[in-house]
Amino acid sequence: MMELRWDIILIGTSAGGMKALEAILPQIPQDFPIPIVIVQHMGPDSDNYLASLLNEKCQVNVTEAQDGEKILSGTAYLAPGGYHLLIENDKTLSLCVGEKINYSRPSIDVLFSSASDVFGEKTLAIILTGANKDGTEGAIHIREDGGTVIAQDPATAEVPTMPQAVVDAEAADHVLPLDEIAQFIVGKVLLYDRD
Amino acid sequence: MNARDIVNVEVEVLLSAIRERYGWDFYYYKRASLKRRIATFLHENNLKHVSELIPLIMWDKEIFEHLIHSLSVPVTEMYRDPSFFNALRNEVVPILKTYPFIKVWHAGCASGEEAYSMAILLQEEGLLPRSRLYATDINDDGLKKAEQGVYQLDDIKEYQNNYHKSGGKGDLLDYFRISSNKAIINTSLKHNVRFSNHNLIRDSSFGTMNIIFCRNVYIYFEPELQDRVTQLFLDSLAPGGFICLGSKESIHIENYPHELEVFNERARIYRKLYQ
Repeated sequence: MMELRWDIILIGTSAGGMKALEAILPQIPQDFPIPIVIVQHMGPDSDNYLASLLNEKCQVNVTEAQDGEKILSGTAYLAPGGYHLLIENDKTLSLCVGEKINYSRPSIDVLFSSASDVFGEKTLAIILTGANKDGTEGAIHIREDGGTVIAQDPATAEVPTMPQAVVDAEAADHVLPLDEIAQFIVGKVLLYDRD
Repeated sequence: MNARDIVNVEVEVLLSAIRERYGWDFYYYKRASLKRRIATFLHENNLKHVSELIPLIMWDKEIFEHLIHSLSVPVTEMYRDPSFFNALRNEVVPILKTYPFIKVWHAGCASGEEAYSMAILLQEEGLLPRSRLYATDINDDGLKKAEQGVYQLDDIKEYQNNYHKSGGKGDLLDYFRISSNKAIINTSLKHNVRFSNHNLIRDSSFGTMNIIFCRNVYIYFEPELQDRVTQLFLDSLAPGGFICLGSKESIHIENYPHELEVFNERARIYRKLYQ
């Protein structure tokens, strides 16, 4: 029987995030067994341009997160601009327009914390390039619940502030250069794989 | 049971305590954002566990009211989603213009920004004198703020961009009296706007509307409750009346084949059919 190390992958990024996502997502195989949920900071007018752009380059299906939608494997969901993205106990996505967190809506902390409440130790979160500290609180929350956190090696980040904040908070289990992250998660997602 | 499961139980017990004690029913609210708000409230009040809240709200109505306020804290802006207001102005207003009298309901009006956005739009289209806007919410603090119509000047300046993108015909600041760092909505815009408390879960229809705004409310509700509220709106609409939802919300139109049609899919505007 196939046993999975994680049940969900979360990615949080801000400034420079588009390029970083382009370095990771296209390397994820079509039959990747768990869903991916992404917060990339963006404004309310951004539409779903980013999702369709990434979708063209990826084997997994990249789509803008819809309120009430059930999360599926082989799919990467991108938070729409102007809304926080959360995960419910029944593994559906939900959007809300609460106050901005870390000047951001969507906020990485909001996604990370709500996903950790649902998936606990089966959560993997990745913090990529970005110019503020959104995501650190969420990463700490995930670690407390027994989940795993990867920070992009700040030296390989277009803007190092965001992954550096996670490293400084000692909330990262792994610090990896950008070009090794995809390989790491694909290699480790199956528990019985060489470890 | 792990700690996360225990918190889930605590939240359910808290919600039923609120329901039994005060008659407020959050059962069909989605839990993720509710839990986030409860966690914030705990943090602000130096409480560790959700269950510690239960004796507090049971015996102290004031604390309960604080909690309710935090759970329904309104976040809104003027002309949020300019493309929606553009569609409203260009596609819906020409139809409203053919009516002798226009009744508008803002369900979940928060602190009034959207109702005043609509009042300004109707004024610019020459319709405000024959319009009546009913703006309702469950949060009394928000309603009080809405009635006063006093906003931060900096916020209003930020909304100018939205206003112009939405097809605004003048200068947004002209609709306000500026006093130091505050912007106070002109009295003439308030005459036809009534703010009042209305709970979409508990209260019934109170009139026959031509257009209902309920934007960014459905996202907090489970589908069962969304359906109930849609039915309430159908009961509250004149034939040919409109329902306007938030940009990420929708109504499963196939459930209402004889009652509703999609009027503008992108703008999330629905229209009640003439039967």
